[in-house]
Amino acid sequence: MQFIRKTNYYQDIQLFKHGGQIFWYATLLFFLLFTPLFLSEFYLGELALVFIYGIAGVGLMLLTGYTGQVSLGHAAFLGIGAYCHAYLLSHEVPFLISLTLATLFSATVGGILAIPALRVTGIYLAVATLAFSVIVEQILTHWVSVTGGYRGMLVPAPSLGPISLQSFEIFYYTCLTFLILTIFIALNLLRSPTGRAMTAVRDSEISAESMGINLAQTKAIAFSLSSGLTGLAGGLLAHKIGYLAPDSFNLLMSIQLLLMVVVGGLGSLHGAVYGAIFIGFLPQAIALLRDSLPGTVAHTPGLEPGIFGLILVLVLIYEPLGIYGRWIKIRSFFEEFPLYRQATHKRQRTFLKTERLR
Amino acid sequence: MEIIQLLISGMSQGCVYGLIALGFVLIYKATEMVNFAQGDLMMLGAFLSYTFVSVLNFPFMLGIIAAIGSMAAIGAITERLAIRPMIGEPHFSVLMVTIGLGFIFRAASGFIWGSEPKTLDTPYAGQILKINNIIIGYENIVILMATILLCASLVLFFRFTTTGKAMQAASQNQLAAMYVGISVRKINTLVWAVSASVSAAAGILIAPVSLIDPQMGFIGIKAFAAAIVGGFGSLPGAIIGGLIIGIAEQFAGLYLPSGFSEVTAYIILLIVLIARPHGIFTSMHIKKV
Repeated sequence: MQFIRKTNYYQDIQLFKHGGQIFWYATLLFFLLFTPLFLSEFYLGELALVFIYGIAGVGLMLLTGYTGQVSLGHAAFLGIGAYCHAYLLSHEVPFLISLTLATLFSATVGGILAIPALRVTGIYLAVATLAFSVIVEQILTHWVSVTGGYRGMLVPAPSLGPISLQSFEIFYYTCLTFLILTIFIALNLLRSPTGRAMTAVRDSEISAESMGINLAQTKAIAFSLSSGLTGLAGGLLAHKIGYLAPDSFNLLMSIQLLLMVVVGGLGSLHGAVYGAIFIGFLPQAIALLRDSLPGTVAHTPGLEPGIFGLILVLVLIYEPLGIYGRWIKIRSFFEEFPLYRQATHKRQRTFLKTERLR
Repeated sequence: MEIIQLLISGMSQGCVYGLIALGFVLIYKATEMVNFAQGDLMMLGAFLSYTFVSVLNFPFMLGIIAAIGSMAAIGAITERLAIRPMIGEPHFSVLMVTIGLGFIFRAASGFIWGSEPKTLDTPYAGQILKINNIIIGYENIVILMATILLCASLVLFFRFTTTGKAMQAASQNQLAAMYVGISVRKINTLVWAVSASVSAAAGILIAPVSLIDPQMGFIGIKAFAAAIVGGFGSLPGAIIGGLIIGIAEQFAGLYLPSGFSEVTAYIILLIVLIARPHGIFTSMHIKKV
């Protein structure tokens, strides 16, 4: 087991805790950079999708995992980002500017939603965001002049100046760049006073407030950032799916996003990425599974959401910290090898925290 | 005339929302858990009644009772398997578990009954009552009557039976209820059974009006909006919230452009949440530190 000798208070907020971390992350980056050399186009596309989900996952993680606000409507921001980006692109706005504007626009919408959302907590908040996402879905369906309604909307091919971003390799690198940028922003945010305030709000609103944290402001910032990042992911997703339809940003999508942060592990950025990998490759796994199942089971229409639901329930009951929590356990098993005790990671149950008292 | 007609169909729709909302509120009051799978429990109830009445050819009343009874069992089993391990976890986790359960129920019913819509054969299907120029379907009358009957029996249950009183005690303070010798765990299981059977009743009532298919559980979300509008945690509030949303929806469908009737419930919900963050009939108290 490695003990870090701390000689300076600033060591606590460094991006990398020790040399080993730098080495492993550099290795990962190196591998990701050279992946296009030996992977087929299909898998590159899937990886790009994983990166996009990762961006949205980091966004939702900031809100749900770090600020403790549940959103059942994040697909709406994905949709807003996607439609906004596609609309601007079709009016010949350059790629980067359009993507930035889409991000800013969904961040603004998130900030506006935060105003009523600040007054409500817990389930009321979850339902308010759910209501918001249903309303957005209806707007996307009925505002035909902008969104094309049910006919859908063709997304123009992306290009950066004269360079086309259409090819699988270049799109892969674009998504990777944005994911790294997003994670960097999130990491920096989390070691700043704002990020610490967000964590404090998650752990106890009352004690955060008594330490002088402005609850409303912190929550609004978290909402706005989270929806902005999700909007960015939406803009990239628009290119991935190529043709936008309002019903791709429905409740199921919101649940998928939540599933991502829950299965990945709430309260860790690693978790957001693990969750994105999980969600990105689950449909492939289900497709593989389908081949080996008897025909009647395999062609049940609700099979995929059903498996999603089953995984969600099992993870929440047996491993509430998700893939990241499991990884921590495996790692500490090897670190403390002969002395590992299961009780180290025993879940602590809290007493029922009533929401009727606030 | 038109207005009265709309009012009646809105009320019967609202009663169904109200009954599902009642299921939400029962579970929330007793266990402080939010059951997002309530709409899917309703869907299962409707499918079971279809199986008993139309497939197995039970007499109508017997089939309904069998459906409601088996839904109570399903509710209790669900609580025992999936919800009890979650006691003491954050509310959010429990909410996610019930969302997952909803998906499982939907997939299971699609697997068992297929995705084609089914109709429930009722003895009152297609009959209408005509008073002056107002035409009322028997289904709507049955919904209204059954809702009143169910609410009355719930009120009697909570007021006069020991179990009902124990449930009230557990919902007010679980710890204190345990100290006076109430088995809170058993009560929780029982509450889930009651709530699932109330939803099943709602499903059976709405089955003749709309068709039975695995996606019908989505009206549970509107019922959830109704529960919140009425103030989560208030039983009469649930019914009133359901009525408000049901009636508003009918009027929005006629007088507003298309698309509005689908979002009316949510717009009302947002307005109520902004104006009175804890619903119209609130049971919230501010904690003193």
